[in-house]
Amino acid sequence: MPVTDVQRDLDARTLTIVADFAAPVERVWQVYADPRQLEKVWGPPTYPATVVDHDLRPGGRVTYFMTGPEGDKHAGYWDVTAVDEPRSFAFDDGFADLDFTPNPELPVSKCVYTFAAHDGGTRATFVSTYASAEGLQQVLDMGVIEGASAAIGQIDDLLAA
Amino acid sequence: MSTEDEDRADALFHALADRTRRDIMRRVLAGEHSVSALAANYDMSFAAVQKHVAVLEKAGLLTKRRNGREQLASGDVAAVRSVASLLLELEQVWRGRIARIDELIAIDQED
Repeated sequence: MPVTDVQRDLDARTLTIVADFAAPVERVWQVYADPRQLEKVWGPPTYPATVVDHDLRPGGRVTYFMTGPEGDKHAGYWDVTAVDEPRSFAFDDGFADLDFTPNPELPVSKCVYTFAAHDGGTRATFVSTYASAEGLQQVLDMGVIEGASAAIGQIDDLLAA
Repeated sequence: MSTEDEDRADALFHALADRTRRDIMRRVLAGEHSVSALAANYDMSFAAVQKHVAVLEKAGLLTKRRNGREQLASGDVAAVRSVASLLLELEQVWRGRIARIDELIAIDQED
């Protein structure tokens, strides 16, 4: 697995994931610059993503939905705030209704993706900062960092206790 | 639960990152309790227990209903289970995205 580090900072409400890829920075950038590539990586195989709008420029918007096994659709959006091709870009990442109206009930995170040459490949740093501790908590609760099976064991313990 | 399990639960679940709240969950998963009956179990003020109940309610782990002057709380087993499935899903989302980028890049290097 190319994930090299996962850190969370509860005080700064920030989640940082570092991954190393065996390709130049420009190649990794293309994954985000090309909506057809982005949709290949964004959604899990059981929830493939379809990117609808894709304007990776400051002030631009990226919208997508993911389709579940039952045909259920889950939409999200990026409001792009900064772009420094091919080194970094920043966006507000949120959940939306199917017409891409932002859903204020779910946490919005400020994301900064940075790509730097490292050991002949690319070190990607994905930083997500949540507007409120509650938002981060909500996402942490859902297990972005921790091992899922261990957590499920905990729930079973809790229910069995 | 052992202390180790308690400690792991603290680390894993910020929604359940408090022993009192987990204890409340065990009780309300077993059956409906009034908030005042719950409060009687703990060496803390009614208001403090009410706050814990509100945190659990906000996380969707329990539901409250009013019966006259009483507030009755019950655990939502389905919600606890759905947190478990979300855990799996979101864990896969983060790791999976990075693995898929890796694969995508590997494919065009084979070309």
